[in-house]
Amino acid sequence: MIPDSHDDSHQGRLSALSAAWVVARRDFTAILFSRTFFFFLLGPLFPLIVGALAGSVGNQVEHSTERPEVGVIMIGAEADAMVRARDGLADRLGQDLPGLIVLKRLAPGEHADPAAAMAGKEGNIAAILSGSLEAPVLTGPRDQIAAWSGDVAMIAAQAKQASVAPWPQVRLETTVSSRVNDRKSRLRTAQGAQTLLFLLTMMLAGMVLSNLVEEKANKIIEVLAAAIPMEAVFFGKLFAMLGVSLVGIATWAAVGGGLYMLAESAVPSLPDPAVGWPMLVLLGILYFSMAYLLLGSVFLSIGSLANTVREVQTLSMPVTMMQLMLFFFATYAMTQPGSTIEMVAALFPFSSPFAMLARAAQDPALLPHLGAVLWQGLWVLLLVRLGSGLFRMRVMKSGAQGSKGKRRWWPARRRAAKL
Amino acid sequence: MTGNPHQSDRARQSGAELPFDRPLAIEARGLVKRFEGFTAVDGVDLSVPAGSVYGILGPNGAGKTTTLRMLLGIIDPDSGYRRILGSDRPHDVAHAIGYLPEERGLYPSMKATEAIAFLGALRGLPLKEGRRRAHELLERHGLGYAADRQIRQLSKGMAQQVQILGTLVHRPRLVIFDEPFSGLDALNQGKLEAMMRGLAQDGATVIFSTHVIAHAERLCDEVAIIAGGKVPFAGPVDLARDRIPAQVRLETRALQGAWRAALPADVRQDGQFWHFALPDSGIEPLLRALIAGEAGILSLSIERAGLHDAFVAIAGEAAARALEEEKPEEPRR
Repeated sequence: MIPDSHDDSHQGRLSALSAAWVVARRDFTAILFSRTFFFFLLGPLFPLIVGALAGSVGNQVEHSTERPEVGVIMIGAEADAMVRARDGLADRLGQDLPGLIVLKRLAPGEHADPAAAMAGKEGNIAAILSGSLEAPVLTGPRDQIAAWSGDVAMIAAQAKQASVAPWPQVRLETTVSSRVNDRKSRLRTAQGAQTLLFLLTMMLAGMVLSNLVEEKANKIIEVLAAAIPMEAVFFGKLFAMLGVSLVGIATWAAVGGGLYMLAESAVPSLPDPAVGWPMLVLLGILYFSMAYLLLGSVFLSIGSLANTVREVQTLSMPVTMMQLMLFFFATYAMTQPGSTIEMVAALFPFSSPFAMLARAAQDPALLPHLGAVLWQGLWVLLLVRLGSGLFRMRVMKSGAQGSKGKRRWWPARRRAAKL
Repeated sequence: MTGNPHQSDRARQSGAELPFDRPLAIEARGLVKRFEGFTAVDGVDLSVPAGSVYGILGPNGAGKTTTLRMLLGIIDPDSGYRRILGSDRPHDVAHAIGYLPEERGLYPSMKATEAIAFLGALRGLPLKEGRRRAHELLERHGLGYAADRQIRQLSKGMAQQVQILGTLVHRPRLVIFDEPFSGLDALNQGKLEAMMRGLAQDGATVIFSTHVIAHAERLCDEVAIIAGGKVPFAGPVDLARDRIPAQVRLETRALQGAWRAALPADVRQDGQFWHFALPDSGIEPLLRALIAGEAGILSLSIERAGLHDAFVAIAGEAAARALEEEKPEEPRR
């Protein structure tokens, strides 16, 4: 088993960057050709399938539920006029007008008790319209009749005319957006971008955590730690997973783009962000990377403290909840542009990527993003250093764990867990 | 590094004999490591001459692994000083070091060649060269057929051999093995011993930790005995043995006579056999007295103390007992 005599002709000291690259290259290749990545690629399909199923079920429920209608008890000619007027208006205004069902055509001078008719009716009659075209009376539950009173008045007014008056033709001239709608539209874009960022980050940070725990289980971590600095190991792992996720996102984007091109007319156009779409996409990738690196470095620190998957789950739960709260915080801050809350959200490292991405959708200034990325990068460095320090402190020990005070003799130490 | 000023009086007090005439591959002074109130390593001094085979001998929990991890820079000492291949920062010379941890580990999905090349890449060996060497090493050691097999498809022993080859693929100047023989069968233990000797012959420094005295006795030029986080002895194996006087085993025809006055007071009798430590004056005066006293010498042998006896004398009975308890880890057959 004797290799050739030692020589340094092919090698030298690895820089931290090269060392991280060695780890990243191995992890990237290993993950990319694993089942994990396949399932990762399929990941977005699950919410889409669930969403589609939920939508389908919702439609089914909606269709199976009959819409409430108004029962009409009026003199025959007036009742028919009301129904005609309602149908004429519905053609132009849509189906939001309540349906009218003639319950009884009264003879002139005949009277009926709407309350009694209401009590005696079953099905989907929610109110009774009685009286005359000049003085219609709506009988029913307070909320229902209040909601319908305007519609009924309009139908009655229309019914009083002999025929439906011709409506002038409105010429349509479209613009990209109206000034009034700009802020609201951009808020929607910002919220969409934030949500996408959050979901991706959570999914990937969890994966990097599993990866580290698996490595500890495989006992490889000591080989790595002996050869290269732990910071390089951590950075290698973080960037490998980032690379994998970018490949995944590129795949999804390609598939999504293809589908969009196929069904362009059917897909509603999204409001333009303040910085424009290309810059928002670029910033989205940057902030996704930073959000992932920040959360991933925290999860790596957790991985350094945990020895089993169960411990990882226990420790990562509070972080996940915290991240969820920060996401809500950033979402709330987005609705208060220029406020102190937005500033805090942009400065706090874990909410910063979300807040800044939302800002990009609403504010065209680019310089703050440079500062934000640098600020977040600084925190990534700090957290990786902290995580690797914790790892070296807490994991790489072979003696008794937790034995306080006076030292025990060997039998006690032999029981101690090794790495 | 010869005549290094750090070679302190403390080392001499601990019993270490420092070889001033040879450069040191590793020098450590007063290494201390505590874990949550428990001192795992308590002031360890080591001087490992370059090109030697050096054993760190002690029972599990004595502080061997922690000491090695500090030397390698995996963990930092709480106090003390270490210098590896002339550098205070072990990672700066990582490309010249090979390390086989006690708990072996490889990526199960990696092929054997890739695993070896990856371990080399971690030490700065380009992947392409690593793959070339991996093929060469696997062929040379009869594992060529497994080159493209995943680690998970190999037996435990084969995977261990792959990891050993990965430890050496970058041709290190210093190789550190932590309990390298555990889990190996007798045949592979022999191969590993031969490999370690070969490495030293080629000029590499080999350090290994073990709780099996026989390995240390067969392989080592020098040993450090570690017990309870301290190193009560570090130096040449012969020096350790010399801590115990040679034992005389005498067989006589007569059981009584004036000659018995020549025997030491603590002599132990077992029938016609007499056991005692070789007197400081040597064997010749004793022989003369026995012959003059007509003891009727039937046989006489002088047995030099083994490393085990030296270990007992140096580290104490408790340490020796702890060592004995771990003997089941000797060769799998």
